[in-house]
Amino acid sequence: MSATAPAAAALPGSLKDNPRLSQWLRFGRDGTVSIMPGKVELGQGIVTALAQIAAEELDVAVGRIRMVATATPASPNEGVSSGSLSVQDSGSALRLACAEARALLLECAARRLGVPAAELEVSDGRVRHAGGATTDYWSLIDEGMLERDATGSVAPKPPARYRIVGTSVPRFDIPRKAAAQAGFIQDLLWPGMLFGRVVRPPRHGAALASCNQDKVAAMPGVVAVVRDGSFLGVVAEREEEAIRAATALAAACSWQGGTPFPEPHKLGEFLVQQASKTTVLSEKSDPVSRTGSTVLSATYTKPFISHGSIGPSCAVARFESDAALRVWSHSQGVYNLRRDLALTFGLPAESVTVQHVEGAGCYGHNGADDVALDAALLARAVPNRHVKLQWMRGDEFGWAPYGPAMRMQLRGALDANGRIVDWQHEFWSSGHSMRPGRGAVPAMLAGNYLGKPFARLPAIDMAMPAGGGGRNSIPLYDFPNQRVVNHYIEAMPLRTSALRSLGGYANVFALESFMDELAEAVGADPVEFRLRHLSDPRGRAVIEAAARLSHWSDHARDRGRIGSGDTARGLGLGFAKYKNLGAYCAVVAEVEAEAEVRVKRLWIAVDVGLVVNPDGVVNQIEGGAIQAASWTLKEQVKFTTEGIASQGWEDYPILRFSEVPAVQVEILNRPEQKSVGAGEAPMGPTAAAIANALSTALGVRVRDLPLTPERVAAAIG
Amino acid sequence: MAEAIRLRVNGADHAVRAHPDTPLLYVLRNDLGLKGTRFGCGNGECGACYVMMDGRAVASCDTPLWSAAGKDIVTVEGLGREGSLHPLQQAFIDEQAMQCGYCASGIMMSAAALLANNKSPTEAEIRAALDKNLCRCGSHNRIVRAVRRAAGKQP
Repeated sequence: MSATAPAAAALPGSLKDNPRLSQWLRFGRDGTVSIMPGKVELGQGIVTALAQIAAEELDVAVGRIRMVATATPASPNEGVSSGSLSVQDSGSALRLACAEARALLLECAARRLGVPAAELEVSDGRVRHAGGATTDYWSLIDEGMLERDATGSVAPKPPARYRIVGTSVPRFDIPRKAAAQAGFIQDLLWPGMLFGRVVRPPRHGAALASCNQDKVAAMPGVVAVVRDGSFLGVVAEREEEAIRAATALAAACSWQGGTPFPEPHKLGEFLVQQASKTTVLSEKSDPVSRTGSTVLSATYTKPFISHGSIGPSCAVARFESDAALRVWSHSQGVYNLRRDLALTFGLPAESVTVQHVEGAGCYGHNGADDVALDAALLARAVPNRHVKLQWMRGDEFGWAPYGPAMRMQLRGALDANGRIVDWQHEFWSSGHSMRPGRGAVPAMLAGNYLGKPFARLPAIDMAMPAGGGGRNSIPLYDFPNQRVVNHYIEAMPLRTSALRSLGGYANVFALESFMDELAEAVGADPVEFRLRHLSDPRGRAVIEAAARLSHWSDHARDRGRIGSGDTARGLGLGFAKYKNLGAYCAVVAEVEAEAEVRVKRLWIAVDVGLVVNPDGVVNQIEGGAIQAASWTLKEQVKFTTEGIASQGWEDYPILRFSEVPAVQVEILNRPEQKSVGAGEAPMGPTAAAIANALSTALGVRVRDLPLTPERVAAAIG
Repeated sequence: MAEAIRLRVNGADHAVRAHPDTPLLYVLRNDLGLKGTRFGCGNGECGACYVMMDGRAVASCDTPLWSAAGKDIVTVEGLGREGSLHPLQQAFIDEQAMQCGYCASGIMMSAAALLANNKSPTEAEIRAALDKNLCRCGSHNRIVRAVRRAAGKQP
């Protein structure tokens, strides 16, 4: 970097780490602009939103933008596409990089046309001067122009001048997906490609005692039976041959040892009994208002939850002789995966390439990285051949990381005026992140089973304020006394990692359920009770908007209970500011309870700051809320002390078309506020809204997720 | 042991050399290159692999090749005609009716089978017809609107 360049410290994270402008954008000879983000499409529509941001700053039509899929080593390294941070991280980097590229092009145009740059106007890449002189970006661009580092010295457009950002540009990927040309990783096909499948132990940590490989090796189409320690797999000419061989191989193996699981029915007790590291996340003390006349306490639990993507994890790998590894993956972080693959095989990072290819919906750290190592281990046995491996449904339910089980214990004290004067929230959870690229050893599953195994990494306890287990555990409400305590459990027999909203889902479920319990104790309306304790104006605004959308006040007299027929119906509210740093979201649920709990409607108000693509935000919020409703009503990973019992969808039911609620979303646009991600914001508020509505309808409180008919019946007594 | 089995897919005849027990899914994807039909569970529990067989939506993941022989099979690639999209495909685009889109092909096959028998389904009928198809991203309501639109109704 030249000595005169302004300090790069002023640049946002992604651009500071990857300052070269040519890493972010390139002008094609055909009048297009290629944009190269380091964040990946997960089915969340991010690629379209980033294209809008780039088109806006460059002043070109969005149709000219070509989005380049992320790959090592060419793409900027933006870490992991997670945490609802892609619009924030990649978006702000692209905004500055494109603004700077535009300024460089205009400087060049000014020189060529002999006019001041400030007098030039740009429309769809055509540059004009009022005097009539014109040129365009593609005539101006030369190879060296973007071969320089961003300085952050060019101010991006003020939001008031946005024409593309803030509009519902249709998603780039939907036409090809609707026309059966999706190009998912599962669809990759090379001539001569081989197919792999793996055989897992019956229990985590079990070792392969014996295995009769010979019979399987002689099966039709089998090219290799691969064993490395207790890692076991097959490679075959045809996919169904690989599946048949893996089934036969599984039957020819015996295993020993392994870690027993907790008693499934005693999950809350199990969590409390584990060794944990205790830290205080928040403490406020005001002796004057300490004493409360009414004291309540309640304990809530959340089970292990599966990602449950409809398409099981998949990867393609190819070893070039022995010295280089190529991998195609739907990982959320191609550089992180590359680092851990290189560590596993003892290769320099430059000898490993990872190309991102879209997979089925990704809601967090699923099996994408694990299956990439599986495929690479199989490919090592058949050099110079592509090996594709898609996990079977049982692999996915049994071995992909889960969202951790949690236990939340709350205690609150109210004064004579119905104000909360003391709030205590303790929670127990294993770690919410076990992602590759961050530990001393590789994080992928198969690494634990190799002949020379890597130690199993614990899921880490991510730091506050975003937090992992602690996410959203600190109330946004104004309480004079509060104490939030984290019991982080490092050793957990089930593999846990990041699932959409992390600890936020369970903490908000508990916190917002408990708010209703306290409101009820003093006979307060849940909406008014929240507003009573909340000064944050953006928080108040979404709560008021959700209440308005749902006609809450029509039912306030009956405390949210609707009608008086045999079928009990009720409204309930849930609210959070995601991570206490991101989107504000309030949800009102209408629940009908008979033999089972049915969510009829969800009314949602959301504030994500400046909106890049309104329909994209609605799609993400709506999708997140429906997924959260499914978690809340139905989902728990079933297991015994021996192993995972959920093997298929019959053992792990999710919400179906006939059960999905109507969803209405209202966006509170705040162009003056920075854009924050939408995808995770509705998870916790939806859970709490449903639990609160159920309580309103039936007059009983269910504090253990999911809210199954059995639990409701038990609560009624 | 691999014998040639005759299949009629999207109006074209094929002779496929594979074990007769091979699930139709893998033949469609890996032999015929029709990759819009996808693996989801292998047990007919999710609908990602649905195709139409003699007008009914069936799970190709647990349909053995031998039982598909001689049937009229339509995959998502065969929905539209001569490069133009089927009204369902166009409606999915118009309603932006997906997030990841992995389940979309199978859902379109269930919807196409419905619309072939019922030109004007109610919303409840659409939901009932799609109830064997799982969607994890929560695009259900958009998908129902898309099916209504394809049936010529106000979404």
